[in-house]
Amino acid sequence: MAQTSDSLKKRKKDLTFWQKIYIPEIAKGLALTFKNMIRPKFTMEYPEEKFIPPPSYRGRPVLVLEETGEERCVACGLCSRVCPALAIEVQAAETEREKERYPQKFEINMLRCIFCGLCEEVCPEEAIVMSKDYELAFTNREDAIYGKDKLLTPVSQLKDRIEFLRKYK
Amino acid sequence: MPKIIIDGNEIEFKQGQTIIEAAKDHGIEIPHFCWHPKLSVSGNCRMCLVEVEKMPKLVIACATVASEGMVVHTQSPKTIAARNAVMEFLLINHPLDCPICDEAGECKLQDYAYQHSIGESRFVEEKVHKDKRVKIGPRVMFDAERCISCSRCIRFCDEIAKDSELTFTRRGDRVTITTFPGEELDNPYSMNVVDICPVGALTNADFRFKARVWDMSHTNSICIGCSRGCNIEIWVRNNEILRLTPRHNEDVNSYWMCDHGRLNTFKFVNSETRVNSPHIRKEGQLIRVSWDEAFAEAASRLRTFGKDQIAVIGSAYATCEDNYLVSKFAKNILGTGNLDFIRHIDYSFADDILRKEDLTPNSLGAELMGVKPLKNGLNVEEIIKSIKEGKIKALYLIEDDILTADPEIETYLAKLELLIVHAANFNQSTNFADIVFPAATYAEKNGTFINFQGRLQRIRPAVATIEVDRALEGMALSRLDKFGTKFDRWAQGKHFDARATWKILTSLSNAFGSRWKYKMAEDVFDEMVSSIPELKGLNYDIIGDLGVQLKLEKVNVV
Repeated sequence: MAQTSDSLKKRKKDLTFWQKIYIPEIAKGLALTFKNMIRPKFTMEYPEEKFIPPPSYRGRPVLVLEETGEERCVACGLCSRVCPALAIEVQAAETEREKERYPQKFEINMLRCIFCGLCEEVCPEEAIVMSKDYELAFTNREDAIYGKDKLLTPVSQLKDRIEFLRKYK
Repeated sequence: MPKIIIDGNEIEFKQGQTIIEAAKDHGIEIPHFCWHPKLSVSGNCRMCLVEVEKMPKLVIACATVASEGMVVHTQSPKTIAARNAVMEFLLINHPLDCPICDEAGECKLQDYAYQHSIGESRFVEEKVHKDKRVKIGPRVMFDAERCISCSRCIRFCDEIAKDSELTFTRRGDRVTITTFPGEELDNPYSMNVVDICPVGALTNADFRFKARVWDMSHTNSICIGCSRGCNIEIWVRNNEILRLTPRHNEDVNSYWMCDHGRLNTFKFVNSETRVNSPHIRKEGQLIRVSWDEAFAEAASRLRTFGKDQIAVIGSAYATCEDNYLVSKFAKNILGTGNLDFIRHIDYSFADDILRKEDLTPNSLGAELMGVKPLKNGLNVEEIIKSIKEGKIKALYLIEDDILTADPEIETYLAKLELLIVHAANFNQSTNFADIVFPAATYAEKNGTFINFQGRLQRIRPAVATIEVDRALEGMALSRLDKFGTKFDRWAQGKHFDARATWKILTSLSNAFGSRWKYKMAEDVFDEMVSSIPELKGLNYDIIGDLGVQLKLEKVNVV
């Protein structure tokens, strides 16, 4: 402590006249404040204003819905198998379509999901992709389990991500 | 013994064995599709090509008889090149849609594509298209595109099921399997072709698309469809049995089981008609009650009858452990000699392959455990007669339906003063029962059965009841069982409040004031071993997965 008070004493002694009267220093500080007031803003007024992430962003996983109204998913269960958090449950069933297997039930527990994107990476049909949706808030556990109704997303809304995947995956 | 050298290892073989058989006996697997240890050799897949020194060309190991001093190479550059070529050839027209195919995960072609293939195809033309989703029989689906024409299914029908139904038609890349005109694949063993099909061409119509094989646990058990006691595996996901498959046991069922056993012996376990928790009849209705209340009620009501007024019917569906305590309970606690079990014999069911006329798994066991009338005691027919005459006033029925023995008894059951039933599912007998104890099924308990040969075989729990923790009980665990929590929908499968008959009888006897101390089925077995000479020296570990042949005086109950 003794040392600190010594250096303080020394510093006070070393100040110039202009520094001692403070006024120029206040003016300098105010100038910086005014400069920042008129600079462009980076803060977003969320939620009035939304952040739209780039295609590389991994938001919540969704299922691709073809323009024909059918899902791409063939319920192979690889996403469910690879998921390190065991978030995905798939129940397959038979269909009359050309690809004879389809997901009767497809549920992602968003409380378990860790947004790693392995499901997207392993999918042989490009049927599950990471969307740009990051708004996930629930008031109970049941709401956090997303079924096909919430997962199926028209392919038109996922073009960005699919293009990104084809380029870099 | 003569010797051959495979990959530098000198191994002994029996005269007449082929190279592939000799190798298999010594744990060396030579890749193969069409060869099967129990079927004739057809040699058409060419996957088992091996190099034999001093032979001009590669030979197929399945059809080349081993001879003294033969030097075989299964990993030489020539062999590997041939194997890769065969794989490439097979994959030319095989669809690349493993994600859709139900065989994925247990597919020989898929496995070999990883192990023995270069991983790339040079084929750019369009693949040959054939029929898909063909209902080739009532229980089997056929996908012609996936077929690699190994002919195992054809040979199975010809040689094992003794019912030629399948054949090849057309030639070259258009070759396909079909049934003979006017026939379908409907022999009683048809579903074994699903197991031996190395690819996803033949699939189980009942199980198809229900679950991925890697999501299920599998538990070694015994089929309860008849007294053959085929060794099986029970496949479970989310505490529900999804399929049964045969397990190899050369002394009992070889690699096979019949379709009846495969399809009709597991659905009752998860059915809506299961008895869940004990029930007592109050004002004409069966009402759910606690175990303690049911034990107290049963004990107090049984006490009001004289020894000659009570009869006990054990069960050939129940395990030896269950029947041993049934017998002990009847003799020591109730003091009655009116003790027997119901035979379920159907000669039309039997055949020369596996199926036996006795439709229960444990008739011999029930008899050996002493479930038979004592001196002056009544057998089943006499018990039924005495119920009709009103001499028997209280009946204790274990895991069976007395109406199957005599449909006419229905009107008399209502007249019984007390009917206590152990039942897994509500049936015609429980309709008249005063007290129903929920019995654990064969898939929910430990125990032993004795098959028609007098072979003692073990069953193990594959499905958990309400009081069982899979991990703590040492039951088979799938990945989902290991990591599921009560908040995961995929781990919330139904658990029934049921107990094994030996366990129910232990608690009930203690309500009578006795001090039975059985905590596990094994405790009961240990006591059986000390009191039944035929079981001397045995324990669960000795019985193991394949069972033990007992020396019984009488080997046929029928």
